[in-house]
Amino acid sequence: MSNKTPLTRSDVEDFLFTEAELLNSWKLPEWLALFTDDGVYYVPSTDVAPMASPDNNLFYIADDHFRLSERVKRLMKRTAHVEFPRSKTLRLVSNVRILAQTEDSLSVSSAFITYRTKDAVTDTYFGNHYYQFVRDEAGLKIREKRSMLASDGLRAQCRISIII
Amino acid sequence: MPHDTGPAVKIDVARGTFNVARRNFVDPGILQAEHDKIFDHCWLYLGHESELQKPGAFLTRSVGGRNLIFTRDNKGQLNAMLNACPHRGAQVCRERSGVAKTFQCFYHGWVFGTDGALRGLPGAEAYQPDFQQRPETQLVHVPRMESFRGFVFVNFDKDAVSLDEYLGNAKEYLELVADHSEAGMAIVGGTQEYAIRANWKLLAENSFDGYHAATNHSTYLDYLRSTTGGLVPIELAGTGRALGNGHGVVEYKAPWGRPIAQWIPAWGEDGKARVDAIYKKLVERHGEARADRIAHSNRNLVIFPNLVVNDIMAVTVRTFYPKTPDLMSVNGWALAPQDEHADDRQARLYNFLEFLGPGGFATPDDIEALEQCQAGYSNMQEAPWNDISRGMGKETPAYDDEVQTRSFWTEWNRRLFGDQP
Repeated sequence: MSNKTPLTRSDVEDFLFTEAELLNSWKLPEWLALFTDDGVYYVPSTDVAPMASPDNNLFYIADDHFRLSERVKRLMKRTAHVEFPRSKTLRLVSNVRILAQTEDSLSVSSAFITYRTKDAVTDTYFGNHYYQFVRDEAGLKIREKRSMLASDGLRAQCRISIII
Repeated sequence: MPHDTGPAVKIDVARGTFNVARRNFVDPGILQAEHDKIFDHCWLYLGHESELQKPGAFLTRSVGGRNLIFTRDNKGQLNAMLNACPHRGAQVCRERSGVAKTFQCFYHGWVFGTDGALRGLPGAEAYQPDFQQRPETQLVHVPRMESFRGFVFVNFDKDAVSLDEYLGNAKEYLELVADHSEAGMAIVGGTQEYAIRANWKLLAENSFDGYHAATNHSTYLDYLRSTTGGLVPIELAGTGRALGNGHGVVEYKAPWGRPIAQWIPAWGEDGKARVDAIYKKLVERHGEARADRIAHSNRNLVIFPNLVVNDIMAVTVRTFYPKTPDLMSVNGWALAPQDEHADDRQARLYNFLEFLGPGGFATPDDIEALEQCQAGYSNMQEAPWNDISRGMGKETPAYDDEVQTRSFWTEWNRRLFGDQP
């Protein structure tokens, strides 16, 4: 229990780069497996406080684990029309910081740029991810991922039909 | 707008067809005519009274191509003013919302009250003694601002008919929403601000189109089937109605949960007790028949030209404006009872996000559909017409017919081209 060495920024970056690669290659069920069984995914609207609660504020996305798994199921179907044919995506992850760490938990922030190209139109999503991880012998699992857009709403991007 | 390019709307009652020219979605001349004849003369939604609770509360919002400041002044009165300094035109308020005693233009320092009155200006002695009191040195108010059951509208035509007359039959449906709660309805914090690369009228059509659900939203219906406890055994069924003045509505039963007040198994026994209590209160206040209608029927309402109030698995208020013929910006809000239990509020917002908004399980597929329509209009020279004939001639059009959409287009056509088809 007490012999875990603290994780370094490189350890966390390896995790985040792997996550980005899974999403870039549309391996969404594998991506979902990075979450704990109660893991959640949030994208707040951009006129609320970054750490606002989705229970009393309208977000763009506020998925509990069940809905997140349904989002993944949906996006893997041909009838998720907005992603048919599937867009090409590329995620850049930078400015990674470990904000706090205990033996069994980590909070991490990063900056992201995500490009989505469909029908020769490229949309750019950018902002900060905030993660809460749980850590056990098997490694890290995401308990919360919160993607805080640094744009004014989605005026330029129109939709958020991928996991950014 | 000349007719030399052929009619914009073509109706053939004998053949039961109603066609809309695809040119209406791409022609910059049409867009200009819409600004001149629709957005400059129709009642446009500004906001909800609940968004400005305290004296001094303000928000800035783009409405009909204007940048407006919407305030509750220190006397508690609502004001809608053009956000332009009478001096040189700079926007005197550059924040999206807040509470203020005054607005100071940062350019030369003129100071205005939240009622728009000029309170002071640096070096006032360099002007005529009555300068500060002159009408032309005050912030300009929107020519008309009126409200109905908490929904505040503006009109840039000072001679327009009253809001009451304009809303006409649509008032019945706004009242059904306003009557959800004795405590009143309020906009929940958080705005969904997005855009669609398509003509704005496509979103008006889409917002009360009952016909597209089965195919366009099959994944949402799949999702409902897999939620805890499954679907409530209710078929999608109901009616469509043209309300006059271009407004229209579809009203129908549907198998999703409604926080007011249709329970689904996913909300558990506690949720059932709360929904039952809400329903009991509705019956006490409105009687059995109206309570049943408020609780168990869904309504997708479009108030011409661009206000959507959809009372479905949650209540959304939505407006949208053209930027160019093939691009619109969209604002979406959630409306909820002021006194809602925290668990019901959570269920409501989760319901909302499951379907609605640019990150939901349904709206993104609407956005895709509208953009694909717009792309299709590149072919309009050889493929010039949209069909909106569904249910023509029926005495009671169904929720998935298109009488409400024909109502929109009939008014649109009348405003642009007069009564002649």
